[in-house]
Amino acid sequence: MLKIPKQIYDQMLVHAEAEAPNECCGLLAGKNGTAEAIHPMTNIHQSPVSYMIDPKEQFAVFKEMRAKENELIAIYHSHPHTEAYPSATDVRLAYYPEAVYIIVSLENPERPVLKAYRIIHNKISPEEFEVLAS
Amino acid sequence: MPVKVRIPTPLRSLTAGQSVVEVTGKDIGEVIEHLEKQYPGIKTRICDEENQIRRFVNIYVNEEDIRFKQGQATVLNEGDEVSIIPAIAGGADGEVRRWPA
Repeated sequence: MLKIPKQIYDQMLVHAEAEAPNECCGLLAGKNGTAEAIHPMTNIHQSPVSYMIDPKEQFAVFKEMRAKENELIAIYHSHPHTEAYPSATDVRLAYYPEAVYIIVSLENPERPVLKAYRIIHNKISPEEFEVLAS
Repeated sequence: MPVKVRIPTPLRSLTAGQSVVEVTGKDIGEVIEHLEKQYPGIKTRICDEENQIRRFVNIYVNEEDIRFKQGQATVLNEGDEVSIIPAIAGGADGEVRRWPA
């Protein structure tokens, strides 16, 4: 099960709200399924319906993760207007089977919803997570 | 000349789990051909039917994206490190079809 410190969980929600109406995106790094660091990334599409992490930032964060012997724990992005469920595009472009895919839905802006999934070989399976008290 | 190539997780099933492999090649195009010889099937994951690097695959030589160099003609020097890195992308709906080619 994925473990996310409360502070990182809250930062994902804040990032999603800050980027709205556009989608936000970012990475969680850590070890053994526990997130230890959040890397909010630039969505180069600046779009309300799609995202692509700035490849240059991605390269730099991957390098930093290797140096710290961290793993890519999760990839998060927001769906500002739709539910927290992977779209066909999310599934088609899920190239990281080792990562949990987190989606923050702002469909109801008063009540953001965060859900996590594994997307492997085009199959979506919900992933349980625990928010750790800071 | 020999260069190190970083293999992303989804392609490691083709490299017997190795995250870094060594191949020879004077440029990126040759490195891809040599990768294919050593690890059959890897090329179609990197290049499309027209032999172009797939849109969602980024290739770096050391710190530089080859799209900002000479693409597959980017010349390699001994000791260079090549990284193959799938893009991280997606989104709420089928916006992909509206992206510029």
